[in-house]
Amino acid sequence: MLGYAIKRIALALLILVVVMLGMFAMVFVIPGDPASIALGPRATPELKALLIQRMGLDQPLLSQIWHFFRAAATGDLGIDVWSKRPVLDVILEVFPQTLLLGVVSLGWAVVLGIALGCLAVIWRDTFIDRLLGVLSVSMISVPSFVIALYSLLIFAVWLGWLPAIGAGQKGDWASQARALILPSFAIGVTWIGYIARLVRASMLEVMGANHIRTARAFGLPETVVVLKYALRIAIVPTIAIVAIGAGSILSSAVFVETVFSRPGIGTLITGAVEKRNYPVVMGTVLFMTAFYLVVVTAADLLIARLDPRVRDVLRG
Amino acid sequence: MSALLEVDDLSVAYRAEGGDVAALRGVSLTAQAGEVIGIVGESGCGKSTLAAALIALLDANADVTAGEVRLNGRDILSLHEDARRKLRGRDIAMIFQDPMTAFSPVLTMGDQIIDFQQHTGLSRAARRERARQMLLKVGIADADLCLRRYPHELSGGMRQRAAVAAALMANPALLVADEPTTALDVTMEAQIIHLLRSLRTEINGAIVIVTHHLGVIGELCDRVYVMYAGQVVEEAPVDDLYHAPRHPYTRALIACDPGAIATRQGVLPTIPGRPPDLAAPPPGCSFAPRCPQADATCRSTAPPRVRVSDRQAALCHKVVP
Ligand SMILES: Nc1ncnc2c1ncn2[C@@H]1O[C@H](COP(=O)(O)OP(=O)(O)O)[C@@H](O)[C@H]1O
Ligand SMILES: [Mg+2]
Repeated sequence: MLGYAIKRIALALLILVVVMLGMFAMVFVIPGDPASIALGPRATPELKALLIQRMGLDQPLLSQIWHFFRAAATGDLGIDVWSKRPVLDVILEVFPQTLLLGVVSLGWAVVLGIALGCLAVIWRDTFIDRLLGVLSVSMISVPSFVIALYSLLIFAVWLGWLPAIGAGQKGDWASQARALILPSFAIGVTWIGYIARLVRASMLEVMGANHIRTARAFGLPETVVVLKYALRIAIVPTIAIVAIGAGSILSSAVFVETVFSRPGIGTLITGAVEKRNYPVVMGTVLFMTAFYLVVVTAADLLIARLDPRVRDVLRG
Repeated sequence: MSALLEVDDLSVAYRAEGGDVAALRGVSLTAQAGEVIGIVGESGCGKSTLAAALIALLDANADVTAGEVRLNGRDILSLHEDARRKLRGRDIAMIFQDPMTAFSPVLTMGDQIIDFQQHTGLSRAARRERARQMLLKVGIADADLCLRRYPHELSGGMRQRAAVAAALMANPALLVADEPTTALDVTMEAQIIHLLRSLRTEINGAIVIVTHHLGVIGELCDRVYVMYAGQVVEEAPVDDLYHAPRHPYTRALIACDPGAIATRQGVLPTIPGRPPDLAAPPPGCSFAPRCPQADATCRSTAPPRVRVSDRQAALCHKVVP
């Protein structure tokens, strides 16, 4: 297990390095001098030189990369060109908002998805199962920005039940929670459908297994059979999908944060791209890649823990 | 006095896409307390379906089209699902064929064997202690270690011993074992047979052993029912079955038994032909297409059940009392 963990973490670090190299390549492949684009047509040469120096663009490429790596390793992601604050501080200031949005969205999705999946299994091949199937597929196929826009129109603009924009008053939990409902639902809906389908399929497979028959042959109540003997195995593919989905949830967060004007990584990165604020763009991408890799690696390790057979194979 | 277990003219059909499969067609059998009954037949003849009916746990697509299974005079198949569930693990216990897949791979043996005693109402600690005692009794020396292990960490023989222990802990009126040794190698098989023999006296109820291996029957059983294509074609005490088999199918089975012929010939004879398709059973005797004695009557008319003694009967036109 330890050896496996080390291998997984080394792989994650390698991916991170590749992503960083890719980002450098992009900055240099994109035509135009970032400093002049950032400053606009009326910039003086002195101002431009200052900005170029501050962004480190006057250094040779290799040394730029080297400095970036070295600094990043110590948690220094550079200085925001505009606010002159450390990029990491800027990111950490808004990241909790995005994390909260992502976790709440996934929370909806996991709780409702597993519940709907189990219901479909219990009522399999009935009208309810088919209804849930249609519902799930529609939830999967509607993109999250469409849900975001329509739910905003209906619940915020027409009905006025929920706030349309922002993240709620600072320090006021109730208003922050209300501000979370629409955006998290917009992100989570697709995943409710996915998880419901996935849980149903893997549950049906597990319910046909011999050990389920054994549990029934010893008269265990159906709830124990479903929740203890079946779900524990059926949940494994769901965890894998949810971890991989963490990436796509982050990218829907970018959209949804923009639609609802919520502070967060999404608004931060769109703003930084518009202003060609390269240190912030690179720092944010790096940060989010690292975060994503942590989630996926943790999910791998969790799966290895849940299934003792995987655990033993890994122990070697 | 009525028997402990009475299967009365039981017919079970599976709903399937290519038409219904008549897996059991009018099966009757009885078992007294203390008796060990063997059920033997080629694979696909409905043995597992019968075993599932005996523990009232038929697949969801199975229909009981006729007949009853009575345990202590009560028809268990017509009970409500909850009442059936309460019989299982208490009055009826089962040992399954494949010890590899019979236990959940993600729970320890202890966790499962403790769950299997849920109806006792004992604390988990008390159930664990019971399990430990029973594992020692079935010959698992390090019972504590076994309880802490996951199924895949044990050998096939150990798992099957644990399965036997789990079934015995129910102290059932009826113990059903579906091919309990088929998935094991020869040495393990001998050990499990030895174990079941030595435990016979511990079990107060009836034991039904399902197998396609006649050797197992000879070692363990008092009486035998031979099944073919969803029907009981012959019933007899073990000795009579071996020494005076009456149904041509029983004779063919005995001739093909590896234990009986391995030393003599070195090649395994098989019964020529295949069992009939249970979705469309033949009109006459099911065995007629493969039977050396079959004539026109056999092929067109269903055979009678002919009693040859008070304990032996065969389903055949050619048998005379
Ligand atoms: N769940 C099921 N659905 C449809 N057909 C089945 C099902 N289970 C068994 N059968 C069919 O019923 C017949 C008897 O099967 P089974 O009772 O398993 O026989 P055996 O245990 O003697 O090999 C076979 O033809 C098999 O294909
Ligand atoms: Mg079988």
